[in-house]
Amino acid sequence: MIKFESVVKKYPDGTVAVNGLDLVAPSGKITVFVGPSGCGKTTSLRMINRMIEPTSGTIWLDDQDTGKVSESTLRRGIGYVIQHAGLFPHRTIVDNIATVPLLLGWDKKKARARSLELMERVGLDPNFARRYPAQLSGGQQQRVGVARALAADPPVMLMDEPFSAVDPVVRGELQDEFLRLQSELGKTIIFVTHDIDEAVKLGDQVAVLKVGGTLAQLASPAELLTDPVDDFVAGFVGRDRGYRALGFESGTLDAASEQTVKFGDDSATVLRAGRDGWALAVDEARRPLGWVRSAAVPSGKQVGPELLHRGGTLASVSGSLRAALDAALSSPSGRGVLIDENGALVGTVTAAEVVQRIESHLHARRDQHDEGAVSGG
Amino acid sequence: MINGIIEWLSDGEHWSGPDGITARLLEHLQYSFSALAVVLLIGIPIGLYIGHTGKGSVAIAGSANALRALPTFGLLLYLVIGYGDKLPTDWIYLGPSLFVLVVLGVPAVLSNTYAGVQNVDPAARDAAKGMGMTGMQVLLRVELPNALPLILSGVRSAMLQIIATATVVAYVTLGGLGRFIIDGLSQQDYFQMAGGAILVAVLAVALDLAFAVIQRYVVSRGITGRYAAPAANADVVAAESKASV
Amino acid sequence: MINYLKNNPDNVSEWFFAHVWLSVVPVVLGLIIALPIGWVASHYRWTYPPITNLAGLLYTVPSLALFIIMPSILGTKILSPINMVVALTVYSVALLVRVVADGLNSVAPDVRAAATAMGFTGLGRFLKVDLPIAVPVITAGLRVATVSNVSLVSIGALIGVPQLGSLFTTGFSRYIPGIVLLGIVLCLVLALVLDGLIILGGRLLTPWQRAVAKR
Ligand SMILES: Nc1ncnc2c1ncn2[C@@H]1O[C@H](COP(=O)(O)OP(=O)(O)OP(=O)(O)O)[C@@H](O)[C@H]1O
Ligand SMILES: [Mg+2]
Repeated sequence: MIKFESVVKKYPDGTVAVNGLDLVAPSGKITVFVGPSGCGKTTSLRMINRMIEPTSGTIWLDDQDTGKVSESTLRRGIGYVIQHAGLFPHRTIVDNIATVPLLLGWDKKKARARSLELMERVGLDPNFARRYPAQLSGGQQQRVGVARALAADPPVMLMDEPFSAVDPVVRGELQDEFLRLQSELGKTIIFVTHDIDEAVKLGDQVAVLKVGGTLAQLASPAELLTDPVDDFVAGFVGRDRGYRALGFESGTLDAASEQTVKFGDDSATVLRAGRDGWALAVDEARRPLGWVRSAAVPSGKQVGPELLHRGGTLASVSGSLRAALDAALSSPSGRGVLIDENGALVGTVTAAEVVQRIESHLHARRDQHDEGAVSGG
Repeated sequence: MINGIIEWLSDGEHWSGPDGITARLLEHLQYSFSALAVVLLIGIPIGLYIGHTGKGSVAIAGSANALRALPTFGLLLYLVIGYGDKLPTDWIYLGPSLFVLVVLGVPAVLSNTYAGVQNVDPAARDAAKGMGMTGMQVLLRVELPNALPLILSGVRSAMLQIIATATVVAYVTLGGLGRFIIDGLSQQDYFQMAGGAILVAVLAVALDLAFAVIQRYVVSRGITGRYAAPAANADVVAAESKASV
Repeated sequence: MINYLKNNPDNVSEWFFAHVWLSVVPVVLGLIIALPIGWVASHYRWTYPPITNLAGLLYTVPSLALFIIMPSILGTKILSPINMVVALTVYSVALLVRVVADGLNSVAPDVRAAATAMGFTGLGRFLKVDLPIAVPVITAGLRVATVSNVSLVSIGALIGVPQLGSLFTTGFSRYIPGIVLLGIVLCLVLALVLDGLIILGGRLLTPWQRAVAKR
């Protein structure tokens, strides 16, 4: 657990970067600091490992006052990842990752073994071990940065915009892998970003900071999207927050069963299977391949890849309502395809059905609010 | 004319004895490397300190330029006649000579060391601190190795300047390869002068090449960019193909 | 120091101007020669390594050695100032070639492409676009060349070429520190004045930099 207790940081030039921050980042969870440029995210983060000394207030690491331990001891127990990775250009990848273990006095062999293990953990080819940072792509360097921070297995990790310098595709991958890693490791993490989408995707809780260094709201991502406390947070969280909030709503949908076709089926079969002029093609394992327009299969011809329309996204049957709605909206047939965890077809839903489901969720939530208001009053 | 110089250089007589080429060469190296050693002892620690703390950087930039304008030959003669008599006998000439060679070499080493540390990627320095390295560890394990290429090129140019200038100490009765130039002049023996000049030139070039080789092997390949294996660009984890229907 | 100046004003001023001449002429000649070579090195990329390596090698040769070897190449007399001018010119070329090439390379590719798109070609582009942009880098190189030349020229006194260095040898043979000191002070003054003039020239040639600095 990390606890900020009325923490203030005033720089010598008079800038107040952080103004009376009170906040608890629970153990084993990801707390995201988000906010516009200059709102004091980096300053707050760096006060935890005392790269910056607070002007007043206390930061607790579990029940230890961070101001009362030596800087190096404190920092060696906290993983630290920064924007451009900050790898040491003169050291190979293994040696970069082994930095903290070696500082802690591990023997060389053990530190090396540990760093190879970590390379695998963060998805780096072990052949990169003997390379230098300049020989890696930006995304790979960032993975090394994460591995290096994890090397001595610190319970706490501080991450300052670790994924912001890579392109959106790689960023997405890194985020997914980061979440997978965290589900295995359960670290206490403070993650800084200025990207609200990233905050919402990664955070167990999100702290929105305002310029001037004050906390505007501390909430779960879903709450932040559906119930921003003020205009600032509402504006920062963005325009289509209602839609994005659906990403946190899951509900069982009644999937309609779907007649399917296979490659090699003739036009008559397709016409029979099709509904509203569209039939869904699947492979042997019943994994969806694409939609076929019933009328587009000339008589005597068979279904093949060239006839497929692949526009629609797939939604997991146990996934969010947002994904289900997107599947319906993007499907050429108007029917969104739902799959199970093996990728096999479960059935289809229409946009109207998903919206109905959403409506009933919203009703339920409003009722809860009302009850809360009654019992509170 | 050239023939005369070659003849002078290839005469075995000129190479042996206490005032032969071999002995003078050794003297020259002795003066130069003693001075260079002092230069390193002064220039590197101060350069590291200024680079690490950022204190006094303005003073450095200014004084390095002013020192370059200081005429070494004049300073040497001034010190010998102005202060030589205050030194023990053995040091009357040697002291001022080493001193001016040191003054000559320090600016290059100091300012390059300072610049090398300054140029270290701030993110790497920040990461090093953030991982719990002490100031000394950051300096020795991160800043110094990364500054090494610039430090070495500073040492290299200081060495060349010192080798070249160590010739003038012969003017104040000391030895070294400059002896041949001074003696050649007073004996009106141009071949001896030119022979000495060529020896100094060859020495400078040879040491420069040797230094270039050392430089190659001392600096981390991660910094020089001369890697063993060809750099690969392929991302390890292939982009997850987006499922779509 | 002052006495010597009072008693021998003619000597001193003669030496001073000889020193100016010996320090400045090689740098000017050196720049004139280094410009086309530097241009070649920046324009034809494959020539850059051989040209700069050769220049580096020449720069490694001690200047005093060069003064002395010159007569056997040029056929001049050992005491002729020509030796020094040629030797220091070679030296300045060696230093400036790399500076010019790097300065020209520092012109952003965008600017170059834009200039070409506007119809600048060959020499026109070199004179009106590349060269002005390279001025700050070249100025810095000229400062180093000139200031170190002032000191190198004085070493010529060792082999008897008259200039401010003659104050060193005169003072030494008469055992009067003041005369040597006079030489040192005049050398420093000369170096600072020349350095200042180059800075000034560089500023006048790059009015856009001053505009930025003022803001
Ligand atoms: N060393 C410093 N001295 C003075 N002011 C500083 C210093 N570091 C940061 N500041 C100021 O403190 C405020 C907060 O800075 P901080 O770096 O914490 O912002 P941030 O939220 O991380 O912004 P960004 O998203 O741009 O990284 C800013 O106004 C900044 O200008
Ligand atoms: Mg920041």
